[in-house]
Amino acid sequence: MGRRVAIVGTGQTYHKSHRPDVTSKEMIKEAVDAALLDAGITIREIDAIVIGNMDHFESINAVDTYSVEGSGAYMKPVMKVSTGGTTGATVAIAAYYHVASGLFDRVLAIGFEKNSESDTTGAIITCSDAIWDRFSYSGAIPSLATEATAYMEQYGARQEDAALIGERDRNHAMNNPYAHLRRPLTVSDIMASPMLAYPIKLGDICPRSDGACACVLAADGVAGKMTKTPAWFKAAAVRHTYTWFGDSTDYTKGLVSMQRAAQDAYSQAGITNPVEELDVAELYLPYTWAGLKWIEDIGFCGRGEAPKFVGEGNTHMGGKLPVNPSGGVISTNCIGATAMLRVAEAAIQVMGKGGQRQVPDVRNALATGFGGCFWSDVVILSSEKP
Amino acid sequence: MSTENKASEPLQVMFTHAMPYEWSIGLYGSVFFHEIRKNRRFTGIRCPGCGLVYVPPRRVCGPCFRELTELVPLSDTGVITAFSVVNYPFIDPNTGKQRPIPYTYGYIQLDGADNIFSHLINETDLEKIKVGMKVRAVFKDPAEMQGNTQDVKYFEIIR
Repeated sequence: MGRRVAIVGTGQTYHKSHRPDVTSKEMIKEAVDAALLDAGITIREIDAIVIGNMDHFESINAVDTYSVEGSGAYMKPVMKVSTGGTTGATVAIAAYYHVASGLFDRVLAIGFEKNSESDTTGAIITCSDAIWDRFSYSGAIPSLATEATAYMEQYGARQEDAALIGERDRNHAMNNPYAHLRRPLTVSDIMASPMLAYPIKLGDICPRSDGACACVLAADGVAGKMTKTPAWFKAAAVRHTYTWFGDSTDYTKGLVSMQRAAQDAYSQAGITNPVEELDVAELYLPYTWAGLKWIEDIGFCGRGEAPKFVGEGNTHMGGKLPVNPSGGVISTNCIGATAMLRVAEAAIQVMGKGGQRQVPDVRNALATGFGGCFWSDVVILSSEKP
Repeated sequence: MSTENKASEPLQVMFTHAMPYEWSIGLYGSVFFHEIRKNRRFTGIRCPGCGLVYVPPRRVCGPCFRELTELVPLSDTGVITAFSVVNYPFIDPNTGKQRPIPYTYGYIQLDGADNIFSHLINETDLEKIKVGMKVRAVFKDPAEMQGNTQDVKYFEIIR
């Protein structure tokens, strides 16, 4: 068993579709400065750094060394971790492992992306297998769309059921000053938006954002001196399946990596009834259908029950288990930072620093990462030291 | 005044050159394409541990982490498990040009295989395509085959 570890500070940039005013490393520094300020420390007190973004998105491959001026990693142990869409959560989890190991007391985790500096769809296509998948694959949207067609066929869900997820998250984003898209969308707006890849319409899918996020993690014994409200890691689970799409898309089984990661996380955290025991969830939902399908895989409701569960308002602010008070990925998507934003926003909720987006009395918060070829990460943070 | 504003605009540089790569298809992957050229049918491989038949054939079963050797001849038919009709324009990194749209991206369970094969389906009319429909592979003329996934032109729905 490792040491107990908490997030003691978070920082994020404001998000935009294009930040021509800064380089990636300058943008990273904005998030790092904010996280250090939030944790009340300077870079000198950081023992090690973990950083990641999407491999080759900006055609900057040695990101650990490239980013040194922004990350503060000069002459410090620094490692790059890159696992596709899950990167941000995996970076946070790798930083957690660093501290839990007992070798480092204070570790900085950083995720970033400047989507504006490359063609996102083209870059994502090059993440797929060059021999088998790349010629037919057209980026994230159609592969997610296949999941939606299978879900509709299996459970009779309607496009309007998915659109409600978009309406919810975009409304929630109005409470988050850092969100990229802060303009509400209704179900009918989404239904009327252009069809990109059936059944995904423009209003169903996440934007491309420029942005960075950083978290300061500290060990038991150190964390309590840095903040009165540490967000303790109760669980961290990583589940990756295959690289080839055909090996990860048996939709009769559901999103297996998410199911397994959630089961592992609940078992680590001693949670048996997630809806009752969790107070808020920040889920990596890159498209609206994920807000239905994947909450079933995470165990918030049974198979095929999500349209009803969401329709009854259970996941809206004020509901039984609010999902994405930040506005989620549908509102902000700087891909290498996106999954870390989920972890950071979960920490913000536990620390009570959410301002207008704060859910009252949060004890346990769950965050997910999603990406690669249907890969999943799950983190559970808590105000209670495990 | 406008000149001064222009002088303070943030600048960007661009990179637009082609960078070629070369990838090995592997032992069984090569068999797969040779078999398509010779017999116009797919090839899978069975895991001695769990018994699952994978396509395309590969050396190792991920869950069992065992070496696979038993190649299994498959037919040229399967079932649509999921699909999407792609409508949005994008640059194809394989060609550097815009990929023709609309086209249908499909997940197909080939008859006799336990996992899924991703490819194209030549039906973009949402009224005419459904999950569960049977499909058959349409191959290129063998003289035009190049030993890649495009040796299969697309799958067509068996009506």
